[in-house]
Amino acid sequence: MSTESQKCPALEIHDLIVSYQKKPVLYGVDLAVPEGSMVGVVGPNGAGKSTLIKTVMGLVSHAHGWVKVFGGELRDSIKRVGYVPQRESVDWDFPVSVMDVVLMGCYGRSGLIKRPGKMEKEKAMQALVKVGLEAYSKRQISNLSGGQQQRVFLARALAQESDLYLMDEPFAGVDAATEVAIVDLLGQIRDQGKTLIVVHHDLATAREYFDMILLLNMRVVGFGKTNEVFNSELLQKTYGGRLTVLSEIAGEVAKQER
Amino acid sequence: MSFYKIFISPWENHLSAYWPIFAMAFFVTAACGLVGNYLVLRRISLVGDAISHSVLPGIVIAFIVADSRSSLPMFIGALVAGVLTTLLIEMIHSRSKIKQDAAIGITFTTMFAIGVILVSLYGADTDLDLDCVLFGKLDFIASKEKVFLGLPQIVITMGSVLLIIALLIVLFYKELLVSSFDPNFAATVGIKPRFVHYCLMCFLSIVVVSAFSAVGAILVIAMLILPAATAYLLTDKLWLMMLLSIVHSLISAFFGVHITVAFQVSTAPATVVAGMILFLIAWIFSPNHGLLRYFTNSFDLSTFQKEN
Repeated sequence: MSTESQKCPALEIHDLIVSYQKKPVLYGVDLAVPEGSMVGVVGPNGAGKSTLIKTVMGLVSHAHGWVKVFGGELRDSIKRVGYVPQRESVDWDFPVSVMDVVLMGCYGRSGLIKRPGKMEKEKAMQALVKVGLEAYSKRQISNLSGGQQQRVFLARALAQESDLYLMDEPFAGVDAATEVAIVDLLGQIRDQGKTLIVVHHDLATAREYFDMILLLNMRVVGFGKTNEVFNSELLQKTYGGRLTVLSEIAGEVAKQER
Repeated sequence: MSFYKIFISPWENHLSAYWPIFAMAFFVTAACGLVGNYLVLRRISLVGDAISHSVLPGIVIAFIVADSRSSLPMFIGALVAGVLTTLLIEMIHSRSKIKQDAAIGITFTTMFAIGVILVSLYGADTDLDLDCVLFGKLDFIASKEKVFLGLPQIVITMGSVLLIIALLIVLFYKELLVSSFDPNFAATVGIKPRFVHYCLMCFLSIVVVSAFSAVGAILVIAMLILPAATAYLLTDKLWLMMLLSIVHSLISAFFGVHITVAFQVSTAPATVVAGMILFLIAWIFSPNHGLLRYFTNSFDLSTFQKEN
């Protein structure tokens, strides 16, 4: 990574306020994610994790503040940004094959009207190999398990060949073995100098998966290197001490801190 | 009635007289069916219902303003009414706590009511009557002046609409696919899903208004949904689904005309009934989703893998 790219963060957010029907969901969010980092977004239900991702992707409009991607407007570098939505956001009975869905990742680069050709199909196939679904390319998407559907979405994002990835709960409904494989894959992408921002629900694994953590509960409670931010005090602050599981994890963290 | 009398004798005479009716029935059903594929997949079939009713005031106003029955003002009137309906539905839906189904119900009935009032006020001048508005008059096509291939102008127009729709779907297949399957993702790769949605609503208005005089406001909904719904049961591939919906249109138009000839009834409802019979056949015998499948083969590999 050059020093020049370190100057300009992959994603920069300043004083962001988002509200749904006058009810604030996010406020005062300030963030600068350096290139080449893998950030886990952690917080309780309703903390605005998905909203943050959607706002960056321009799917939700914000009331105040700004979002910069690679130092400019999102639309100027939209081809450098990949998006993995939540699996429940689409109808899996839709009459398309796994290959068709992954090919959608190439749509941004080919212009209007133009159909995906041989090159795009090869890229899509490579993406499927990476997520271990190459044998399923012709299968209709409803004939997949939840974890496989999640990996189809991941393959589609890989086919986008982006420099910044925003992923909304890519581990939801994925079994433990697959989760490890996906984390491994994400690590490889990060090692290529790309940036990943991943919404993650499981506090127990968040610490080992990500090099940076964003603790979110409507506002940024903490953001930084995992070992600096992932401590009992900030976690209690994020979750308001409501979860019993949390106290266990916090206790564990506290033990290690000693 | 003997087999001969029902199935053979109708076709011995009057074949040329029924050719334009058959062509029109096919063009209407196929054009509606093609657009209908996207309505069914996007789960907005009821928006098709809404637009089929609410183009009426657009047509009547276009008649009054342009003082003619030519197609261009009619198309413009229908387009404006169609887009206005879509906008209104969305506004009610997003600016209040009324849900989409209620918003549709409010919008299209009001638009249709305005249309009915306009027809009863100006119907005499515009040559429209409520029977025609509701049920269409496919059978009168045969008596019109033939301009090309033994087909009257109105049938040629419908055929052109079908061709244009088919061409647009082939050209913008990719854009329509991604924005129907995953509109949020479409937006992130630079394909604007709202723009695609409004384009689709424009196609829908044009198809509906060109089908209007033939099948009326009520039966056009069947033409929009039946071919796509039947095809959806038979395949898991979008392009094949669209192809099958055209096949469905062809067969239902053929049997629709056949029923008309055999029993001397109106063609539009006969075509709908024929289409419904095809849907039932597909529902029962579909290789993957058929009713028979549930009884004969309650366990198969694909359901196993789904559970897995």
